[in-house]
Amino acid sequence: MSQLSTDKLSVAFAGLKALSDVDLAIKPGQITGLIGPNGAGKTTLVNVLTGFQAPTGGAVSMNGTALTGLKPHQIRRKGIARTFQGGRLFRDLPVIDNLEVTGVGLGQSRASARAEAAAMLDWIGISALQNRIAGTLPYTDERRVAIGRALIGKPAYILLDEPAAGMSGPEAAELSALIKRIATEMGCGVLLIEHNVGLVLNLCDHIVVLDSGMVIETGPPDAIRSSEKVRHAYMGTAAETNLPVLEVLA
Amino acid sequence: MQTIFDALSLGSLYALGALGIALIFGVMRLVNFAHGDVISFSIFALMWPSTDAMAVVFAGDLPWFLLIPFVLAVGAGLSVLSEIVVFRRFRRANPATMMIASFALGFVIRYFLLMLFSSRPKSISLLPALSQPVEIFGARIPLLQVITICATIAMLFALTAFLKRTRFGLEMRAAAENFTMARMLGVRANRVIMGAFALSGALAAAIGLILAAQTGTADIQMGAAVMLMAFIATVIGGLGSLPGAVLAGFLLGAASVVMQTVLPIDARPFRDAFVYGAVILVLIFRPQGLIAARGTKERV
Repeated sequence: MSQLSTDKLSVAFAGLKALSDVDLAIKPGQITGLIGPNGAGKTTLVNVLTGFQAPTGGAVSMNGTALTGLKPHQIRRKGIARTFQGGRLFRDLPVIDNLEVTGVGLGQSRASARAEAAAMLDWIGISALQNRIAGTLPYTDERRVAIGRALIGKPAYILLDEPAAGMSGPEAAELSALIKRIATEMGCGVLLIEHNVGLVLNLCDHIVVLDSGMVIETGPPDAIRSSEKVRHAYMGTAAETNLPVLEVLA
Repeated sequence: MQTIFDALSLGSLYALGALGIALIFGVMRLVNFAHGDVISFSIFALMWPSTDAMAVVFAGDLPWFLLIPFVLAVGAGLSVLSEIVVFRRFRRANPATMMIASFALGFVIRYFLLMLFSSRPKSISLLPALSQPVEIFGARIPLLQVITICATIAMLFALTAFLKRTRFGLEMRAAAENFTMARMLGVRANRVIMGAFALSGALAAAIGLILAAQTGTADIQMGAAVMLMAFIATVIGGLGSLPGAVLAGFLLGAASVVMQTVLPIDARPFRDAFVYGAVILVLIFRPQGLIAARGTKERV
């Protein structure tokens, strides 16, 4: 079956379990949300899926082919892309070069990498920014360029690590529309890791909730919204830091 | 006019040296102290295969259109070899360990030359036609000085075009800013690093050619003297910043020549103290260098 999946994935750091027996499936054309309180293991899971972190148990596979043990660039070439918290663009390079270097890294000629980069900026709606130095971009544009860079080479799956962090309501809505288009128009499987639970509940087809490295709930947004386990997981942290989450879940 | 040409000519040497160091620092975060010894090695390549106590120029007698590519290839080859044999094994080491390795490699190259050629400076005659003076705006300037400045400017333009226009150049610019991210995007690390070493070695060889033609001597210490000033230029320019390295190289050259001219005669023997004093002042006000490279501030 066509999907990016994990099977009983575990990661331990010096005895501390960051992930325990996590099963996850991301399907082409669908948006899967990954939520959970701080320290739940969300970024660790993305790091394992993209080869940045070796698992201590379990396996990662794409369409039945094992990916465990591959390096990040090998996984990128297999068609799994990711973005990072904070964008992490090449800040001294023009926007178009940021996208072009990905195409070149994937083995394209400069001409074809540049053509794809220009087409991608156009598809996202930020062609006007192509010659701007990336380090001078406003925060939201930086995020959109980072997503564009990840989409070069038409990956089968894209993992977005907190793309809406720090965005205002209208900016997050604009980002939601872009993420929706990635799934529907490109047929790309999206894994969305977000603290903005409202955005995840509105946008995703399927949601996985992590807490203390374990999957505590999985299902469509309505099931997550009404889950006592999820409410309980957020209650511990919500009292201190995350009250809006409870309002969204209510 | 003579002072301007002197400043540009000396600045050219420092700029080329600083660029060679900055290229490698950009992709490896390595300050390659063996760079000066690659310069010396390239100068002695002019005498291959002779190792006679008296200087016998063999390879250096090639016509200029063969001589220049030959010496550049020697510098590039030695530099790439040092990457494969030494630095590749230290990729994951901390910068201090790599720096010590580069010192050690520099001594190995220097003592290899010492064993073959002895420590006595050798007198060599390289392209003697270049010592003819030419008249520019009423000043009589040695042709070699004009060629040095023009060649440096041409090399800087060629390198800029290479970095901006070629696929390899794009990969190198990305890797210089954030090597880990570039690798993740599929940029091939070995190719980029070897390319940086080859370019850096070729720049070292170009300095060697200019020094040999300017001074008419081959000395195993020649490279180390340029290396020190080039390293200072790299730091002032902003470690890892290529435009910064070039700018600071020219500024250092200009400062040295201008101080030699404007200082009172009694103070001129202490010119370097004034130059280094100026360096300290620059670093007090711009500790990040004149043009700070982003890659040194933000790593994945």
